[in-house]
Amino acid sequence: MSAMAASSKKRLSRSLVGDVTIFIFLGMFGAFMALPLVYTINNAFKPLDELFLFPPKFLVRNPTLDNFFDLFHLMADSWVPFTRYVFNTVLITAAGTVGHVVLASAAAYPLAKHRFPGSKVLFTIVVLSLMFSQHVTAVPNYVIMSWLGWIDSYIAIIAPALAASLGLYLMKQFMEQIPDALLEAAKIDGASEYRIFWQIVMPLVKPAWLTLVILLFQVLWGTDGGNFIYSEELKTMNYALSQILAGGIVRAGPGAFVALLMMSVPITIFVISQSNIIETMASSGMKE
Amino acid sequence: MWAMRHSYILMGPYMLLFFLFTVLPVTLSLAVSFTSFNLLEFPKWVGWSNYTRLFLDDEVFLIAIKNTFLFAFITGPVSYIACFLFAWLINELPTKLRALMTLIFYAPSISGNVFFIWLIMFSGDGYGYVNGFLMKLGVILEPIQWLQDERYVLWIVMLVQLWLSLGVSFLAFIAGLQSIDRTLFEAGSVDGIRNRWQELWYITLPSMRPQLLFGAVIQISSSFAIAEVSIALAGFPSVNYAAHTVVTHLMDYGSIRFEMGYASAIATVLFVIMVGTNVIVQKLLRKVGE
Repeated sequence: MSAMAASSKKRLSRSLVGDVTIFIFLGMFGAFMALPLVYTINNAFKPLDELFLFPPKFLVRNPTLDNFFDLFHLMADSWVPFTRYVFNTVLITAAGTVGHVVLASAAAYPLAKHRFPGSKVLFTIVVLSLMFSQHVTAVPNYVIMSWLGWIDSYIAIIAPALAASLGLYLMKQFMEQIPDALLEAAKIDGASEYRIFWQIVMPLVKPAWLTLVILLFQVLWGTDGGNFIYSEELKTMNYALSQILAGGIVRAGPGAFVALLMMSVPITIFVISQSNIIETMASSGMKE
Repeated sequence: MWAMRHSYILMGPYMLLFFLFTVLPVTLSLAVSFTSFNLLEFPKWVGWSNYTRLFLDDEVFLIAIKNTFLFAFITGPVSYIACFLFAWLINELPTKLRALMTLIFYAPSISGNVFFIWLIMFSGDGYGYVNGFLMKLGVILEPIQWLQDERYVLWIVMLVQLWLSLGVSFLAFIAGLQSIDRTLFEAGSVDGIRNRWQELWYITLPSMRPQLLFGAVIQISSSFAIAEVSIALAGFPSVNYAAHTVVTHLMDYGSIRFEMGYASAIATVLFVIMVGTNVIVQKLLRKVGE
């Protein structure tokens, strides 16, 4: 393993000028891209008078924790305990993300590695479905949900997330790169298809499904329950927090903190997954 | 059939849900596009009339098509290449720096609705950052109404869309670059590859073909479906429909006028355009590294 890592560093020599140019180029664009992070963090700590300063200032001058405490009091006053909203969001996000990664990967493995009747057609349908506008399927989706009796339940949010097309496509593309010889060797050693999938294929495509976790987590974390959830007890954190934001000027301070809170969890997940992606790939040989 | 039973069992749960919540709604919507449907009465069959109305009687739709093509053919390729280029350059950095840069480049697409900071940037009075800057330089004497002027608004929406677009494909490319077998590069240098551009064309790109194909589909579906940024920056409807797109047109008929049949026809036309573009792009990408 260490031999591999060492040899990967011994790649062909780069010109110093090229390296410096690239570094400056990345730094400039990076500063530009980092604007939203810097802005959201600064806003969360601005006192009220700075939030309404005109012309607006980008950076905070007298940082304060008032917004945080105001938000805390607002939460304590809410009709449904705030922890309930947090629980709903965590449940939906966890079940949706884990379920989608497992189901989509299980479906992607045969599509990538087996030849069977219908495999090409099925995959084509999945790819095509990515190109159909979500705005018009909302109504048929609602009809199907109410026909199943799933309106106003968690499952109405989770089930469609499990069957998103994105994950299957991403996983299939990565699984195609796994050498067939490796899978055949496992088969000769007597491993079942399920075992090959779970113990050989999944560890090899860890960067792919960690990427999928990042993407899906972010989507589900930001869900507000859409058209399917009516009961206050089933609503999500995003919904509750957007109600605070909708409070206008009085709520501007807590609102700024809400933006920071909502952003920090996906970023944390992102950082953890990213370091995992880098670690796995330093030591695994995807190809023979 | 029996020999492949394991494949079908592995796919079963996903495919069941996929058919129920994606294939069925899409099929229903295709059927609705041949009807007149206001959500209250039962749909009435009208044949191709939604489609003929779309192309012959709807001038706003033609503006929307023109804008959408402009968006797609400019932001699509630029953002696709940017996603790959940044992923590739970041991948060469030392580990810690690489993780930080990935986060920074991914930040705009992770931070939700933060693109409203662009509203402050392009604010139409002298306090907008862009106006203030240009006036200080003496380039302009009076503030420009960036988001109310049909000459500029489309380009500003494009710029913001580009800034937001380092998302799904960017992450897929990073993971793809991580999955390339390192020994290929050594073999390459033995075979006489001299600089990083040759390495990119002959080794990196061909090894990443599955991810490149994936990224292309994602870019096509997101750049043809531009609506949210346009609505947030230019308003809905925008001045003289200057930033009107096929999807905003669809939202107009679907969620404001409740003409679901017509909205479904718009969605179907967009779908056909995207599928056509996809076929062409996938053919081109198969030539990479040859």
